[in-house]
Amino acid sequence: MGQKIEQDLQRFRKIVRGKIKSDLAKYISRGELIGKKGKDLVSIPLPQIQIPQFRYGKKNSGGVGIGPGQPGQPLTAPQGEGEPQAGNEPGAHLLEVELTLEELADILGEELALPRIQPKGERNIVSEKDKYSSIRSVGPESLRHFKRTFRRALKRQLASGTYDPHNPIVIPVREDKRYRSWKEVPKPEAVACIFYMMDVSGSMTDEQKELVRIEAFWIDTWIKRHYKGVETVYIIHDAAAAEVDEHRFYHTRESGGTKISSAYELCHRIIDHRYPPSQWNIYAFHFSDGDNWGEDIPRCLEILRQQLLPKLNLFGYGQVDSPYGSGEFFEHVRELVDSHDNLVVSRIVNRESIVDSIKEFLGTGR
Amino acid sequence: MVWGYYDTSLPPHLRVLKDEIEGYAREYGLDFFETIFEVVDADDLNEIAAYGGFPTRYPHWSFGMQYEELKKSYEYGLSKIYEMVINNDPCYAYLMRCNHVVDQKLVMAHVYGHCDFFKNNAYFAHTNRKMMDEIANHAARIRRYVERYGEDEVESFLDKCMSIDDLIDIHSVAIRRRDDTSKYDFASLAAEEPQDKPRPLKFRAKPYMDEYINPPEVLLAEDEERRRLKDMRVPHFPERPEKDVLLFLIEHAPLKNWQRDILSIVRDEAYYFYPQAQTKIMNEGWASYWHSTIMTQKALHPSELIDYADHHSGTMATTGGRLNPYKLGLELFRDIERRWNTGQFGPEWENCDDMEKKRTWDKQLGLGRQKIFEVRRIHNDITFIDTFLTPEFCRQHNMFSYVYNEQDRNYVIESREFEKIKQRLLFNLTNLGKPWIYVIDGNHGNRGELLLRHDYNGVELKLDEARDVLANIQYIWTRPVHLETVINDQPTLISYDGSHYTQEKIKKLS
Repeated sequence: MGQKIEQDLQRFRKIVRGKIKSDLAKYISRGELIGKKGKDLVSIPLPQIQIPQFRYGKKNSGGVGIGPGQPGQPLTAPQGEGEPQAGNEPGAHLLEVELTLEELADILGEELALPRIQPKGERNIVSEKDKYSSIRSVGPESLRHFKRTFRRALKRQLASGTYDPHNPIVIPVREDKRYRSWKEVPKPEAVACIFYMMDVSGSMTDEQKELVRIEAFWIDTWIKRHYKGVETVYIIHDAAAAEVDEHRFYHTRESGGTKISSAYELCHRIIDHRYPPSQWNIYAFHFSDGDNWGEDIPRCLEILRQQLLPKLNLFGYGQVDSPYGSGEFFEHVRELVDSHDNLVVSRIVNRESIVDSIKEFLGTGR
Repeated sequence: MVWGYYDTSLPPHLRVLKDEIEGYAREYGLDFFETIFEVVDADDLNEIAAYGGFPTRYPHWSFGMQYEELKKSYEYGLSKIYEMVINNDPCYAYLMRCNHVVDQKLVMAHVYGHCDFFKNNAYFAHTNRKMMDEIANHAARIRRYVERYGEDEVESFLDKCMSIDDLIDIHSVAIRRRDDTSKYDFASLAAEEPQDKPRPLKFRAKPYMDEYINPPEVLLAEDEERRRLKDMRVPHFPERPEKDVLLFLIEHAPLKNWQRDILSIVRDEAYYFYPQAQTKIMNEGWASYWHSTIMTQKALHPSELIDYADHHSGTMATTGGRLNPYKLGLELFRDIERRWNTGQFGPEWENCDDMEKKRTWDKQLGLGRQKIFEVRRIHNDITFIDTFLTPEFCRQHNMFSYVYNEQDRNYVIESREFEKIKQRLLFNLTNLGKPWIYVIDGNHGNRGELLLRHDYNGVELKLDEARDVLANIQYIWTRPVHLETVINDQPTLISYDGSHYTQEKIKKLS
């Protein structure tokens, strides 16, 4: 008997993935379980749909707990969703947008593709390579494995007693012969290069950096899963730009002014040196709160228009909403969209809009 | 029963244990329906738990969601279910196949506690003891509707029903708020037939005065006047505010037959499950009391002591300041037993101011066991806490009340005062910590619109969800639906007419 519950589970998953029925979509929350792996806490994704009911709001609500503490002291540990006697909603459930690779790929898989990808460069053509790594008993004489052939002949003679140590003549027969053989090894198709640029200036709050990192991480994960041998370049910038490794990109905390042009210049330099557009599909994503140093804007737009856009397959600009600053850069970039169809802009308002933003960047049908 | 590919009946070594523990339970005076144990794999146990204990429940994605949570937390080693008991006659209890023998013993003892509670607690008296069959019937009906009207259609209606499945009147099972209308009652038909001319009733006075006291024509006129006034008054619909919103919708909403049936299935199951939520603290406390009593006094083998202690304390653990119903219930039952053994109750005890005397108070009454059996029969969580939670108990268990702090957007410890703690606890138990919603008028504004009222008691509704629920009710009622509630301390009427929400201030709640 197959489990009956499997059908309900499949149905639930389909709803979560938006395959069916959109009117529940707004109740989906990307919850998680917190597990432990050694010393680290790991988050196990657990999407949930809460059917709406008449419930009490938080105002004036409360409950009863057990433990030490003075009146006025905040409750520390995150309180799970409640037993009725523990209050209906004590404390916020720890939320982190994080999915396992498979789930991510499943969710995004069918809807996304690297847009405008083209066969470029010679590396794209050779997709398989022969590698001599094994042995067979048949083959051309030119590939005969001398040592193995004679070893087998010696073994056979020893076993059958025809070997004479005083007259050590070993004569291979047909069965003893061994030949080198090859396997076809797919050679990575290094045809695309992805630039991730992130604004880490002081005006970006931790929350915003988090948003950007989540989005970059998702794009990165998705691309790595679906396209083999894609190269990535990470650039962070405040008033100056630097190329960093993956770990620093996801973990650095910096602050300072903002000069977006510095990142664009660095990106341009790297393209010229390492990834000639004739050989590479190049994609660049830039995330910022759009709060640039005023006099720098014309320079940015100029680099973008004159140098970057002609070389790129796609340039994605994602802007997170900023509590400070104007975010005016978004408008400037958007003005270019009409004249350049390889330019996409997207706003990331909150965690929920991350997926939409990714779809804007990489949605099929672009 | 053969479940899946394996036999779920108790293996011989567990059958011996079952007989032993059942014997102990009966010795202690526990009284239960016959209990059938089934031994199942973790996956199947998770499935049964996701279905609320009924493997034959109707199909719905929400059970799949539950299952995923249970499955993931089991697979990642975060939690596991030891047991499931179903309130039914016979009681069904599920054991996890891979559990250690000592766990199985503990669970069996715990299960007999639950079974005794199901059978004897007053709040379970009205539950259907053949629910296993009933639920399977429900599922068969819903499956038939799915085949006939399509999965999407039925599921989306079920979603709406589940969104209001808490709008029931829990006390209606014990109090008859109105008479059942009998199928064989033809009185209403008779009423339509012409009757004899009404004759006024009066006591006979002395013959010579009879003519002058309450003369018939005056009485007749008065009667006529009364009737006229009664006819003028528009009868309220419903006559009294109706808390069983589901029943009101079933009876009066323009539903298709299959929809009405699904709504009543959801309502039946809500009434069946309600007592379990209503007695969570007591039920778990009672079962824990008995597993610890039976295990430590009778069933435990010395070699199993450490494992038993580990699992018992795991169940009783308080984590993150959260109230654990197992722990609270168990400790309260033990406290009651101690107090009634030593005579620490009644006016004499309460009026005693001498702390030293109170500390050593022991009248050697030995009424404890008898008292807790009485408590398990007549109380539910609310009356249990209300009657037996004492200031000493709160202090001893380090209890506090907490409240939501608007400025910092978090919960802070509010107080350690007994009154405050009790008040918060009772509030969260009342109506299962859900708002009170009544149907006030089924013909609001004489336009067939539905007027609901939220009985405001200091805590406001979560507005976004309330709006969505309103939309679901509107779908069922088909005419505009209104809800009176309080928003930001201002009495407000929220309305949904099928396409738009409106919100207007009103003077006061009706």
